[in-house]
Amino acid sequence: MLKPPELTGNGASLATSLFPLVISDLTFGSRERTLIDNLTMTLDGRGITAVMGANGAGKSLLLRLLHGLLTPTSGTINWNGQQLDDDIRARQAMVFQRPTMLRRSAADNLAFALQGLPRSKRKHRVEELITEAKLEHAALTPARLLSGGEQQRLAIARARASEPELLFLDEPAASLDPIATHAVEDFVRDIHHDGIKVILVTHDVGQAKRLADDVLFLHRGRVIEQAPAEEFFKRPTSAAARAYLDGQLAI
Amino acid sequence: MFESGSILSLAVGLVVSGDPELWSIIALSLRVSLTAVALACLIGLPLGAFLAVVKFPGRGGLVALLNAFMGLPPVVVGLFVYLALSRSGPLGVLGLLYTPTAMIIAQTILVTPLIAALARQSMADLHGEYDEFFRSLGLSTRQTIGALIWDGRYSLSTAALAGFGRAIAEVGAVIIVGGNIEHVTRVMTTAIALETSKGDLALAMALGLILIAIALLVNVAVLSLNRTAKRLAYA
Ligand SMILES: Nc1ncnc2c1ncn2[C@@H]1O[C@H](COP(=O)(O)OP(=O)(O)OP(=O)(O)O)[C@@H](O)[C@H]1O
Ligand SMILES: [Mg+2]
Repeated sequence: MLKPPELTGNGASLATSLFPLVISDLTFGSRERTLIDNLTMTLDGRGITAVMGANGAGKSLLLRLLHGLLTPTSGTINWNGQQLDDDIRARQAMVFQRPTMLRRSAADNLAFALQGLPRSKRKHRVEELITEAKLEHAALTPARLLSGGEQQRLAIARARASEPELLFLDEPAASLDPIATHAVEDFVRDIHHDGIKVILVTHDVGQAKRLADDVLFLHRGRVIEQAPAEEFFKRPTSAAARAYLDGQLAI
Repeated sequence: MFESGSILSLAVGLVVSGDPELWSIIALSLRVSLTAVALACLIGLPLGAFLAVVKFPGRGGLVALLNAFMGLPPVVVGLFVYLALSRSGPLGVLGLLYTPTAMIIAQTILVTPLIAALARQSMADLHGEYDEFFRSLGLSTRQTIGALIWDGRYSLSTAALAGFGRAIAEVGAVIIVGGNIEHVTRVMTTAIALETSKGDLALAMALGLILIAIALLVNVAVLSLNRTAKRLAYA
């Protein structure tokens, strides 16, 4: 099943890549508070990008803005020269920090994300995804009764079901045990090997080191560092990133 | 209180022996009210979901109106349907007055706002929870409403039961548009209201017992739906 990393995941829309992603002067906030502050950056379509930063730095907001769930106060987000529209969003998928579990079985949660597929193929694909998510024992269990970790895995499999070219993962391994974390990381690597770009929010430095090719470090709504992972972890240039990493090591 | 005691035992006798008159009245009641609730669900559930999902100018006013109509007085609904269906009314040519169909129409109008308003509330809560996920999937409004109705099926069933409870127990609307004609439009509530005065107390009492039993059943059904929903984490 593995495809070379250079191919995009969605066969239907090979025409143009979503990348480079060019963000300029992106601002989001209310009258009282600026939550994303004049953010400018460029991201290419290769590898796994880790988004790091303290609680409330704006990581989840940034993902929502990129996925078009929030409208920027000002500034632009360009996907290979195009503004986000329904078509571009359909080529992306997102696993939320607190995944939404439909009031249906685990299997039906997956089937729900496969509505574009003909019924005959859907059942087979659901079975594949259930296996990938290692949820064979719980396929018919109401999704909301699954454990936190099982729900996380289900949410990832469900996001993958739509065969996105870009997958946003917002702390997919928070609340997972070490084995499940490991499984999620394998899963993320698999996804990446299928040619899907992954943007991953994580507080787990070890995980970022294991998975990420590059790191975005957010501080108070700004990207204050963007560097290859190795470089970032060896020589963080900003005081905020150093403090964040030191805090992590101190734990 | 010998007399009322004997009426009660006569009533129980009627119920137990399967008195044909009694059961034909019960059957008509159920047919009218169940049909009305089914129609009201057909209109009210999508309407409630639509009002919960789609933003448009005037939505707030419409929701307020709907909530106010939850408690429409049955006699007033009966009066309006009567005026519409009476020979000189706009729908008079249909000749529906004093038929079960007229009663179904009246009860549908009576309970649709109730079901729609209850549905809107639970759909709005659910939509708040699902909205970002559905937008992430790029669902259309139609798909969104369909999914919300399915996922809200337990609370919506409760809303339908509330509608049924109101329909089966009301007398004002069906008596005006149905007329309590024996074997044609006589339902439980109209029979109780009018047979009592004619002296058929046992029949009235028997119907009263059935109505109480139905009310109990509806409540048990609501409770067990809620419990099942909780157990499956579908609440
Ligand atoms: N819809 C909103 N309206 C107002 N403020 C918001 C909204 N969403 C988020 N915020 C605020 O924006 C800031 C950034 O939130 P965000 O969820 O992006 O943080 P985060 O970096 O993901 O943090 P965490 O690591 O805790 O998940 C927070 O202070 C939060 O309170
Ligand atoms: Mg977050």
